[in-house]
Amino acid sequence: MANSTTTADPAPPGNLRWQKNRLAIAPWLFVAPALIFFSIYVIIPIFQSIALSFYEWNGLYDGEGQSTAKWVGLDNYRKLLFDDERFYISLKNNVIWLVLYMLAVPLGLAIALFLNQTVTGIRFYKSMFFFPFVISQVVVGLIYGWFYNPDYGVVGSLWKWAFCEETINIMGNVTTKCSTKPPDILGDEDWATYGIIFAGLWPQVAYCMILYLTGLNNVSPEQIEAGRLDGAKGWKMLRHIILPQLAPATFLAIVVTVIGALRSFDMIAIMTRGGPFGSSNVLAYYMYETAISEYGDRYGYGSAIATVLFLIMLVYISYFLWRMYRDEKDNS
Amino acid sequence: MIKTALKTTVAMVATGLLSSAVLAGDLVINFDDPNPAPKEAFETAVEAFKAANPDINVTVNINDREAHKTAIRNFLSADAPDITSWYPGNRMAPFVEAGLFEDVSDVWDDNGFHDALAAIKPTMTIDDKQWGVPYTYYQWGVYYRKDIFDKLELAEPTNWEEFNAVAEKLKEAGVTPITIGTKFLWTAAGVFDYLNLRTNGYEVHNDLTAGKIKYTDDRIKKVFETWKEMVDADYFVENHATMSWQDAIAPFANGDAAMYVMGNFSVDGYLNAGLTEDQIDFFQFPEITPGLPRAEEAPADAFFIPSGAKNKEDARKFLAFIAQPDVQTEWNNTIIQLPINKNAEVGDNKFLKEGFETLSTASGLAQFYDRDAPAQMAKAGMEGFQEFMLDTSKMDAILERLDGVQEEVYK
Repeated sequence: MANSTTTADPAPPGNLRWQKNRLAIAPWLFVAPALIFFSIYVIIPIFQSIALSFYEWNGLYDGEGQSTAKWVGLDNYRKLLFDDERFYISLKNNVIWLVLYMLAVPLGLAIALFLNQTVTGIRFYKSMFFFPFVISQVVVGLIYGWFYNPDYGVVGSLWKWAFCEETINIMGNVTTKCSTKPPDILGDEDWATYGIIFAGLWPQVAYCMILYLTGLNNVSPEQIEAGRLDGAKGWKMLRHIILPQLAPATFLAIVVTVIGALRSFDMIAIMTRGGPFGSSNVLAYYMYETAISEYGDRYGYGSAIATVLFLIMLVYISYFLWRMYRDEKDNS
Repeated sequence: MIKTALKTTVAMVATGLLSSAVLAGDLVINFDDPNPAPKEAFETAVEAFKAANPDINVTVNINDREAHKTAIRNFLSADAPDITSWYPGNRMAPFVEAGLFEDVSDVWDDNGFHDALAAIKPTMTIDDKQWGVPYTYYQWGVYYRKDIFDKLELAEPTNWEEFNAVAEKLKEAGVTPITIGTKFLWTAAGVFDYLNLRTNGYEVHNDLTAGKIKYTDDRIKKVFETWKEMVDADYFVENHATMSWQDAIAPFANGDAAMYVMGNFSVDGYLNAGLTEDQIDFFQFPEITPGLPRAEEAPADAFFIPSGAKNKEDARKFLAFIAQPDVQTEWNNTIIQLPINKNAEVGDNKFLKEGFETLSTASGLAQFYDRDAPAQMAKAGMEGFQEFMLDTSKMDAILERLDGVQEEVYK
């Protein structure tokens, strides 16, 4: 109510109004750049893409600059939800990604516990374990693409060692004959998704590990000491003394892992391009394929996929925001 | 509002790429192949054009082929060049329908192209008008290891019976008959197209890609049954789903596979893999239905004038220029492909000679499954072909699914 009393003040109004409202305006000024860019690149496109999902559009403007989009109402959604096998394959793969990617959290914890000791050269081992997170997802995808290759990859070579013998072919070149066919993991509709997830786990485990390592630094030695005096050790120590103190790290690890699972796009694009025949698609890649890729150009339908993906993620984002809000309220 | 926002971004990007201030007498050309030979051929032709038209100031933008496919959708409406390279058939259809390409029938009329470029005229035509001028094409067929064939005393098969006999002989000798890499899907479409062209002919190919015939039609089923026999008899290499077409050259070069259904651009790949020209040869895909007129695949590349071009007059001059016999002769000698102008000379290369022989005597020229069929159909179709090659027992389910897509695409 300080404002209402100062309005009666006879001092020069322009300067004073600034003085009065400085506290209210200043934060907005600082947030403004972020807000503007966030609106242009995130908020407005969300609504544009929802709007586009009611049209059928090949992405072209005619000679006069008029969009060639045609209003189809909810037709895209009808096709998507009731008539599109590919959509459900992608959705199922999204769920598989989310569930299996969660393995990164316990695995990261295990490696962190293992590495959390003072031995000569431990920093070196830590950085080696952290290494996969530093290299780009694209490179990880390429490496695993070769790893799985049934002809010359690690999988193929091991298989050849176990089940194949070398012979000389008709042209006098060395070739191999196998008693059973080597597994073509990325070329098999049942295995491709698992193959990519396994590759994706490599950097993700490293990420979770580093989060836990930082968390472990902050574990209070007094509490461990106290626990030890009370006779806790091994599993009990971990379960009741260490883990509760690592709760913030666990929360963060789960959040980044969920995000990582939803960002599976790069790995899929590099390793299988959603194939064979769409069986390793996830919604994000399916949307890309439908709207933007070479045989796509169905922007309306792609937007409908994007909208559905957005709604699914909204559930998760809302939970995350609610949780942050609650934590902040508890702390204050 | 979406449109304006989008257009501004598009315009901003496009102005960065292209010179936007175009005066009269300026000619901006967007070309889409930065590889050494195509680039050199294009630049040589541009130099010749400049020499012949000293008053025209030509600006050239050469983009990566894949990037061009995305960029063209923006620059055609935002900041159009005067000429752009693109593909005929169904690939040009969306742009023609949106009114983004200029009708260039007059260039065809004035220069006698209806006769000189007759081979590719049908695919350059929509609504009885021609929308661009083609400058090159190449043949498809079966490339094979001549040394393996010689060693096993096999002759080039001309009909399906002979082809099967050759394949069996190869298998007995421990050689997989055909190599293929279907990771990028389109290679399987090449096999399908040829089986269809040889089983049912050119009309059925066109009717199928135009959506007039169902995939569950008996004629198409027959194609798949032949294909099924091939897959079930292990005619194709294993693990093809993880191989690109380049990867699939490895077993071919090693002598583990003897034939490859491919386009002429692949010859370079065989030579790079260490094979010599004497070790490889070409034969036309063998006859399946006796007496059926022989049609071939011959994808062409072409130049178009965007309807938003600023200097359409000089652009027409350029289109007329690049279809001249001497220009096409030199251009295609450089990129080792076939000129379309029937008065041009074919390069001195055994594959080009066989290709010319193959195409000039063909009863019809198809572009390719993914250029003749609309994009959405092509994508679904090619995924279906790959799935089929991995598990032939799914044939009926795949064909029914393709019928569903077809219904949706051509409604």
